[in-house]
Amino acid sequence: MDYSRFLNASVSAVPKSGIRKFFDIVQTMPRAISLGVGEPDFVTPYHIRNAAIDSLLDGETQYTSNWGKQSLRDEIAYYIKRRFGLKYSPQNEILTTIGASEGIDLALRAMLSPGDEVVVPEPSFVSYCPGVIFAGGVPVPIVTDAKNNFMLTAEALLASITERTKALIMPYPNNPTGGVIDKASLEKLRDVIIEHNLIVVSDEVYAELTYSPQGHVSIASLPGMRERTVYINGFSKAFAMTGWRIGFACAPAPLMESMVKIHQYAIMCAPIQAQVAAEEALKRGREDNYADITVMRESYNQRRRLMYAGLRKMGLECFEPLGAFYTFPSIRETGLSSEDFCQRLLREKEVACVPGTAFGDCGEGFIRCCYATALDKLTVALERIDEFLKSL
Amino acid sequence: MENMKMELLQILQQDCRITLEKLSVMLGQPAQVIAETLDEMEKSGVILRYTPVINWDRVGKERVEGMIEVRTTPQRDQGFDAIAKRIYRFDEVKSVYLMSGAYDLLLLVEAPTLKELALFVSSKLSVLDNVVGTATHFVLKCYKNDGIIFEDEPKDRRLAVNP
Repeated sequence: MDYSRFLNASVSAVPKSGIRKFFDIVQTMPRAISLGVGEPDFVTPYHIRNAAIDSLLDGETQYTSNWGKQSLRDEIAYYIKRRFGLKYSPQNEILTTIGASEGIDLALRAMLSPGDEVVVPEPSFVSYCPGVIFAGGVPVPIVTDAKNNFMLTAEALLASITERTKALIMPYPNNPTGGVIDKASLEKLRDVIIEHNLIVVSDEVYAELTYSPQGHVSIASLPGMRERTVYINGFSKAFAMTGWRIGFACAPAPLMESMVKIHQYAIMCAPIQAQVAAEEALKRGREDNYADITVMRESYNQRRRLMYAGLRKMGLECFEPLGAFYTFPSIRETGLSSEDFCQRLLREKEVACVPGTAFGDCGEGFIRCCYATALDKLTVALERIDEFLKSL
Repeated sequence: MENMKMELLQILQQDCRITLEKLSVMLGQPAQVIAETLDEMEKSGVILRYTPVINWDRVGKERVEGMIEVRTTPQRDQGFDAIAKRIYRFDEVKSVYLMSGAYDLLLLVEAPTLKELALFVSSKLSVLDNVVGTATHFVLKCYKNDGIIFEDEPKDRRLAVNP
């Protein structure tokens, strides 16, 4: 049967994820060390898991409000105020979502009309451009430069704005580069954003994994930006809760009204146990100053320094990543494409990395290496990459 | 500095054979500073020894471990310290803890055979003047020791590659 008649043309036109093919090869190599993961190597802290177990045993198996439990939204409001200086009303500006990904999707679908352009700095997370297309918009990728630590500049933003530009995606701290953006750069961007009347969808799911002494600055905390930002965050990275699928979106009430409309018809609500677990994470954090996060961040930071130093030592050009848990070294010197480099590294030395091209065309010449991996494995992986480079 | 010490100890607790160079990179401190900190913690008795955690069950050597609850009469001016000192000098005794609750001292003991362990209790321990009573429990299996799980390691459950 010919299904093409039934399939949406713009969805069909989006290519399959480049990561998928790679994943299939790694699956056949059980001994390979993977630096290709995109999630913490910690399991969710025990007290958080236990809260979900208790909730199940207590028979909490019902729907919640579309927005998520009020008690959870209250905790979220407190958390983002305390950690990032953001003020959103838990009544009508904070929505609990199925991970940060749903928040991004809702924001795009709530705002975009056919033909609206969305500026997407690249390299960046694989979902942004497809998300824009699925929402009927047109993604406009901007290349960010390793020389500038992959930060989006006001000049580059300005150059990509047309009369159809409606929104900008801000992907910092960044997956795959590990880049962060500083306050001064954000302020310059703000002036362009306000002058051209744009909305920002700021994906800050890695905010807690920032290793610079200044810490993370949210664009929504800048004067004049709260009213034009959809702030996206989640529990996956900060609390090692990827599989729970729980996150949240914050936006001014008029924007949120439309986002909730989509969420209530498409999703209904985030799973109740994930909500209970998330609430426990924040409640305990309120008391112990988010010790869960501190412990994990310190451990990532140790491994970050080790991997960054290791890559530099073997002669790979690499800027110092100050966020998330990725390094993004350049492999241009080898003369191989990212794809070939990763394929050969996997086959010849059994180490899996992700080709930079999976995160946008400008990722060519780079590979993403995740350091959220056990120390002994990380050490062996670095040795093997070094051997591989010498064998070229 | 205190924070660095804690991080250092936590890393060593996982792997005390880690090189100074690696510690220096991981903690973002000069190797000299790490070396001095280690030296100081060794001298002040924070770090007592660098030992492996051994799963003896896999060595295949016959060996018996037990926990012994000991009830004692505390001594004037010395409390439990004098009797604890008498007990910890025995080679069979691996650990000694002063406990709250139904008994006073908890010993972790080890001997090559069941018979020798029993003999230790009857001929060396019970006969001490201030020992009022003992209860011996034999270890059947060790599941976890010093934070390390002795069963086969759980696999990394994560997908090998994802965005």
